Amino acid sequence: MMGQLPTALHLLAATAPFQPPAASSIAGDVDKLYLVLSGITAFFTVLIFSIIFVFMVKYRRKRDDETAVSTHTPLAVELTWTIIPSLICAVLFVWSAALYVQNGRPPASSTEVFVIGKQWMWHLQHPEGPREINELHVPVGVPIKLTMTSQDVIHDFYIPAFRIKKDVLPGRFTSLWFQATETGTYHLFCAQYCGTNHSEMIGWVYVMTPTDYANWLAGGEKSESLAQLGERLFSQYGCDNCHVPEGNGRAPSLVGVYGKPERLQNGETRVVDESLIEQAILTPNSVHLPSYQPVMPTYQGQIDQDQMLQLIAYVKSLGSEERNGK
Amino acid sequence: MSTVTADLDARPAEPAVNYLNASYGIKSWLLTLDHKRIGLLYLASITVMFVVGGVAATLMRLHLVEPQGALFEPETYNKMFSTHGIIMVFFFLVPSIPATLGNFLIPLMIGARDVAFPKLNLMSWYIFITGSALALYGTISGGVDTGWTFYPPYSSLYSATHVVTVALGIFIAGFSSILTGLNFIVTIHKMRAPGMTWFRLPLFIWALYATSLIFVLGTPVIAITVFLLGLERLLHVGIFDPAVGGDPLLFQHLFWFYSHPAVYIMILPGMGVISELVTAFSRKKIFGYSFVAFSSLSIAVISFIVWGHHMFVTGQALYAGLVFSVLSFLVAIPSAVKVFNWTATLYRGSISYEAPMLYALGFIGLFTIGGLTGLFLASLATDVHLNGTYFIVAHFHYIMVGGAVMAYLGGIHFWWPKISGRMYPDMWARISAAIIFLGFNLTFFPQFMLGYLGMPRRYAVYPAEFQVLNVLSSAGASILGIGYVIPLVYLAWSMRYGPVAGPNPWKAKGLEWTIPSPPPTENFEEIPIVTEEAYNYPAIEAHHYPDAPGVARV
Amino acid sequence: MSELAAHSVHPPGFAHQFETVEQQREAGHLGMWIFLATEILFFGGMFTAYVVYRSLHLPSFVLGSHELLVKFGATNTAVLICSSLTMALAIRTAQTRGSKGTIIVWLLLTMALGAAFLAIKLRYEWYRDWLEGLIPGVSWLSGGTHTPGVKMFMCFYFFMTGLHALHMVVGLGILTVLVIMTARNRFSAEYYAPLEISGLYWHFVDIVWIFLFPLLYLIGGRYPGS
Repeated sequence: MMGQLPTALHLLAATAPFQPPAASSIAGDVDKLYLVLSGITAFFTVLIFSIIFVFMVKYRRKRDDETAVSTHTPLAVELTWTIIPSLICAVLFVWSAALYVQNGRPPASSTEVFVIGKQWMWHLQHPEGPREINELHVPVGVPIKLTMTSQDVIHDFYIPAFRIKKDVLPGRFTSLWFQATETGTYHLFCAQYCGTNHSEMIGWVYVMTPTDYANWLAGGEKSESLAQLGERLFSQYGCDNCHVPEGNGRAPSLVGVYGKPERLQNGETRVVDESLIEQAILTPNSVHLPSYQPVMPTYQGQIDQDQMLQLIAYVKSLGSEERNGK
Repeated sequence: MSTVTADLDARPAEPAVNYLNASYGIKSWLLTLDHKRIGLLYLASITVMFVVGGVAATLMRLHLVEPQGALFEPETYNKMFSTHGIIMVFFFLVPSIPATLGNFLIPLMIGARDVAFPKLNLMSWYIFITGSALALYGTISGGVDTGWTFYPPYSSLYSATHVVTVALGIFIAGFSSILTGLNFIVTIHKMRAPGMTWFRLPLFIWALYATSLIFVLGTPVIAITVFLLGLERLLHVGIFDPAVGGDPLLFQHLFWFYSHPAVYIMILPGMGVISELVTAFSRKKIFGYSFVAFSSLSIAVISFIVWGHHMFVTGQALYAGLVFSVLSFLVAIPSAVKVFNWTATLYRGSISYEAPMLYALGFIGLFTIGGLTGLFLASLATDVHLNGTYFIVAHFHYIMVGGAVMAYLGGIHFWWPKISGRMYPDMWARISAAIIFLGFNLTFFPQFMLGYLGMPRRYAVYPAEFQVLNVLSSAGASILGIGYVIPLVYLAWSMRYGPVAGPNPWKAKGLEWTIPSPPPTENFEEIPIVTEEAYNYPAIEAHHYPDAPGVARV
Repeated sequence: MSELAAHSVHPPGFAHQFETVEQQREAGHLGMWIFLATEILFFGGMFTAYVVYRSLHLPSFVLGSHELLVKFGATNTAVLICSSLTMALAIRTAQTRGSKGTIIVWLLLTMALGAAFLAIKLRYEWYRDWLEGLIPGVSWLSGGTHTPGVKMFMCFYFFMTGLHALHMVVGLGILTVLVIMTARNRFSAEYYAPLEISGLYWHFVDIVWIFLFPLLYLIGGRYPGS
């Protein structure tokens, strides 16, 4: 009986009205929690409404000079209706927090897709090369990690069917992950007010079977991967003059640098991630290394967000062949 | 004793000289130091602001009956929802009960002749109308389109609207709140009549005391926040601009540090009103006085440490999310305690259903729903899905409109005879209360569903599949609007044509009901000496008189 | 009624919403303490933003702090501390039934020191900052040590010291009113609450400066030869 309860809840959740499609690995869990919260809300609402209604009828004043009957306030009653809601809240908090923490960690094998939000459209870049505007094609059953930044104001990437949402901020990267469980077409919305056409910053997520997805990838115009585009920019902007693979006195080698902690001139130790690479390109003197002179010029205003992602992808790829191979 | 509908000979006479007619002329009002007149000055001002905010809401809901928008370009719609939020939050809800009913009643309820600082009180009103005038001027000259939350970088670097003017209006109005809160705290501490100990105070006073704590500690932070935003727009110094090292999230932390406690500024006074209404209309002592009193204080304290629940999806640290979530669940508990205590007060009471009581009962029901839907948002996993959608809009409107506005209307109706000396027509009042209750639920319940379905808020256009629920919501809004207009009419009518009320038409307990209606300027001929606890209604001990007439058997 | 009799012996300055002078005095004091609490939160919002940005951009804040002239900041600190002393002496004179002339002298000295603070700040610090292109949004010259991070620091320097200076100006206004009230014999041995309450405000403004000085002027330390 107890074992059947979760299934029953799940079925109920799947057929409940006024609910978006549940198309991700976490949607079912979120819906279950939502259902329980709705149940608690309905229970206490009906309880309070009913009690009030009963009292309204039973204790309505029948004569003008009628007086009430005094009731005393036993401490036990006060404590009961303080402790029981507290316990309910404690259970809800733990359940929800556990789900949140679990949903916050992308699986290690996730495919990474980059997202740039800008007024008023979404740019999405697949690592293999394809770029999309306001659309995201993904294969079903594969964990996808979105690494996102904004080119201007704060936006928010929201896919109701997957029950996921995250703000997209200028000057930093936020991330989100999902694993789609049903093929289909689902809404993509911007959920943080961002100006005039906020309500038109919407699009579609296409979840495809692996075969269809492979066809889609292959079918579009041949384009280079993000890393390959980044390599071209690396040379175009003269980065390879100083950042040579063997390292020279002028600039550190960038081979294998992604993901490693580095001690900066100002004493801080930071892990080399997307944010640090972007910061190094835009404000190099804020993050330069102790054993090097602060001679790197800034590229502020010369590189747009799309190019920034390509450069970051290139730097991330450096040394990864060696890491995998050796 | 006679009621207001008894024979004419026994009808109470209006006192010859009261605070309304003690002096005449516009100067006697604009330079008054009488807390009662200042309360009425505020009443007039915030009614104007409510109408402006209400018109914006009406236009918004009319626009939203069509998925592509029925009335406006997105730019105009964005200004509509921004205006609606700014006016309703800063210029209606925050001052509403404290500045009108609070100013009028606090000295009366504690047995004082006025507040501690009457001149400061008048200055607060002038500061308020200066801020309001600036905000209205900004609105008329084109308004702002940043939302009432003014998030940068949009509001600091991108929006081409009158942000500085409106932000300045909010900044100035904030000082009105601070000074009112200061006045109330000192008044309650220092000017209680002999015998009026803390635990004999009406719960309305406890609620306003807790509100005043938030006024004085929270408002300065929003003042600094909009001040920094204004400087940013004027001087382009980069304080919230990531390109030069600024952090837009810092704005959000500073903003919500005030704005979350602010929502408790908006609801706590309403809760205080409900405690008064439920006791008066069941003719019974409140159930659990000290629990209700301390719950007001706990809400005020905890309200300062939950602000991060507005920022769960901003990419903040997991740990921060956990802390703010558990604290947000915690703040729900004292509110639940109040709801249970109010309900228990009804038990074995002697209940009548005049309009104020209908508003009070409506409040308890709607606040229960609004408060419980807050749990969905305190809960991290569901908040991820619901944040930024219509679920949030429905949640806060259930509390602000279904809660605070209904409490405000209930309080206005309850104390109207004291304020004006006249009774309003109760049948019309009950009809309006019912219209408001029905219109409100039709407006906002569909919005919970819209939110769960995924419709984001602040959308000028939306996908067609959301239309049915939007149309239902707009239909409700029309009904709600009508419900709000009717009281304006009959309350105004009653000031001239309503029957004379007498000192205590409701036969309620409380010092304010021991003096004439309308009260004389100096409130009390002699400062009273208080010897009994609050809500000391005569009551029958159940075990002595199980068959007492008029008492229902349990 | 006993109340009427009591009214006739109330001193000048008694406000009739109160029942006793004691009640009025206590209310005034409590009111000022609450107002100072609001001021703490007001400056506190600014201090919070400052602390966040200082921790994010420490090297720039060190650079920026070195642009400030410590000798003037230190002098001003001494000036303000002295002005708090003279203010306290004015109140002491009232408490010990001193002559109104003495009270006025101490008040005027407090005003003079306050004015000196503002004069030093305006003439030797802000005017010089203006000439050197260190005022963001007004006369900012980028380049060299004037980096964006230093600009952020200077923003906070001017926001915070500007807000403080505004409070000083209001304080000078309050002191002027007090001088006039004293000259017109409004105070007595029983009633000098406005002096005490204004003293609280003045001391608070002083204490804010005591926090501002090290936070803004002394970041990264100042060592001989640096």
